[in-house]
Amino acid sequence: MERLFWKGGIYIATSDVLAGDKAQPKVKREHFKSQKRQQLIGKIIVYIVLILVSVILLAPLWWMVSTSLKPMEEIVRFPPTFIPETIQFENYAQTVQAFPFFKYMRNTLFITVFVVLGNILSNSFIAYGFAKIDFPGKNVLFALVLATMMVPGFVTMIPQYILFTRIGWVGTYLPLIVPSFFGSAFNIFLLRQFYMSINNELTEAAQIDGANHLYIWSRLMIPLTKPALITVGIMSFNGAWNDFLGPLLYITREDMYTLQIGLQSFQNQSTTQWNYLMAGATLVMIPTVLLFFFAQKYFIQGMDLTGGTKG
Amino acid sequence: MDNTQQSQWRKAMSEFKTLKKRRWSKRQKKEALWGLLFVSPFIIGFLGFMFLPMLFSFVGSFTNYNVTNRMDFIGLNNFRRMFTQDELFTTSLYNTAYYVLFNVPLTTAGGVFLAVLLNRQIRGIRVFRTIFYLPSILSGVAVYVLWMQLLSPSSGLVNTILSWVGISGPAWLFDPQWTKPALILMRMWSVGGAMLLYLATLQNVPRQLYESAEVDGAGSFKKFLNITLPMITPIIFYDVVTSTIGAFQIFQEAYVMTEGGTGGPANSLLFYNLHMWNQAFVARNMGYAMAMSMILFIIVLVLTFINLKLAPRWVHY
Repeated sequence: MERLFWKGGIYIATSDVLAGDKAQPKVKREHFKSQKRQQLIGKIIVYIVLILVSVILLAPLWWMVSTSLKPMEEIVRFPPTFIPETIQFENYAQTVQAFPFFKYMRNTLFITVFVVLGNILSNSFIAYGFAKIDFPGKNVLFALVLATMMVPGFVTMIPQYILFTRIGWVGTYLPLIVPSFFGSAFNIFLLRQFYMSINNELTEAAQIDGANHLYIWSRLMIPLTKPALITVGIMSFNGAWNDFLGPLLYITREDMYTLQIGLQSFQNQSTTQWNYLMAGATLVMIPTVLLFFFAQKYFIQGMDLTGGTKG
Repeated sequence: MDNTQQSQWRKAMSEFKTLKKRRWSKRQKKEALWGLLFVSPFIIGFLGFMFLPMLFSFVGSFTNYNVTNRMDFIGLNNFRRMFTQDELFTTSLYNTAYYVLFNVPLTTAGGVFLAVLLNRQIRGIRVFRTIFYLPSILSGVAVYVLWMQLLSPSSGLVNTILSWVGISGPAWLFDPQWTKPALILMRMWSVGGAMLLYLATLQNVPRQLYESAEVDGAGSFKKFLNITLPMITPIIFYDVVTSTIGAFQIFQEAYVMTEGGTGGPANSLLFYNLHMWNQAFVARNMGYAMAMSMILFIIVLVLTFINLKLAPRWVHY
């Protein structure tokens, strides 16, 4: 149990979870025929339930893509079709125009790039300080880092908004980008665990050779901890790409909208134009899904980092 | 996590006591300056984006601040208004409690069920794991828009399936009786997150326990009751507390799915945070909204405290 972690609704666990099949050795035992048959039946039942649950969980995604390709007449027809009879790829062309997808995507990417950069830089910098340098008050400060994880976003949201109003940042991307350059508790914690697992001899040897901490951090530690940094990067990408609350509060002009805000206002305008709405939803979801399939390894790696540190 | 936090806390306290007694050599002083430099972004961020804003909120909760000019102290009036005059506050508390009360047990049970289902060595299990986990990584407006279609009374998938078994489905997001069940149903889709947590625990349960139980002739249900369940109770407890904290703060789905935060039919989706949002950014009653945020903070603090205090009793190391 010590090897798992929770963040914003995402559970992250150790490598053996998704990797699965690191099977414990099977115990050979003598079976009677009836027992074998019983086992076979049990196995079939398990497969049936597994497939049933999979179908239920995948159906919404299938429905989304299938609806996004249908003409409107087919959507309102009863009973509905599961495979579109007429496939209308133009729906996507219509959608990216009706809801200026590429403009919003550029805006979202702009914010996301800076948030990812800010998170990687600040968190690895701060984590290095906590893991490799001895200074008074370090443990008190680190306890503070952990304590900030418990403060709900809605508690700081209103005064932050007042602050950003006062300094004239509302209506710009700054409130969305700048805070990510000051570290976040979860990432600091994650990277600190990783740095602590790296032998101190390395940093000490570099110090004897006259290297200062800035050099050690940028030239030795960053290259050594690439996988951990990619993990942090992927999680921040996901967070920034799907962030709705921040842009909702701070973006005021339509031409600065992100995909999330854009999709929401598109939904408000065309409430029952389901094919376009589903096309929009599909387009917005694609990066997250791709990231999940290609970077599952890194999703999982993050979890390994927190492993073996407790107790 | 709790365990680390506790040991960290102990370390911090002992350090705090010895802080003044230590003498520092020149080299150590230089090293300490480096350390402070490295953690300075956190200190600045903490002060600027968390501590001072929260202090402002605390003070502001006793005022009638409305962003523009007013900021008079009105004592406990905001809090009094909350519990005695503001009917929507009571509604929002009721809605939030309803959501938490159904959502948390259902996702916990669902997570345990899927984890038990997946915790076996059979062919193709990895594919199933990926499928079960996939919905939980999807978030944001796209998911809500998708579910608005799935829950659409006439052309949605949910009511279509219900019609196969002869049930004429409810109007979901348009019927005040069914709006909250609709959101709970949507949340069940991403139960894979909780599942992963339980799965990680189950995979650490020694196989021999099950094998010796089998020798004694225990069936699947007996094995679940006597081995699996005791092994995962600490995680269930942890999950229940963290998801209660999370569920209490439901906002985005309610905001998007009620066309811009109107609270849905008959205010049936007016949750605590949505009410706070409307007070702060629509009605501009900032002082009142800050008072609400303080109450939220206290609720979360109490839940966290329960978690930290009780967790060690449940956890067997």
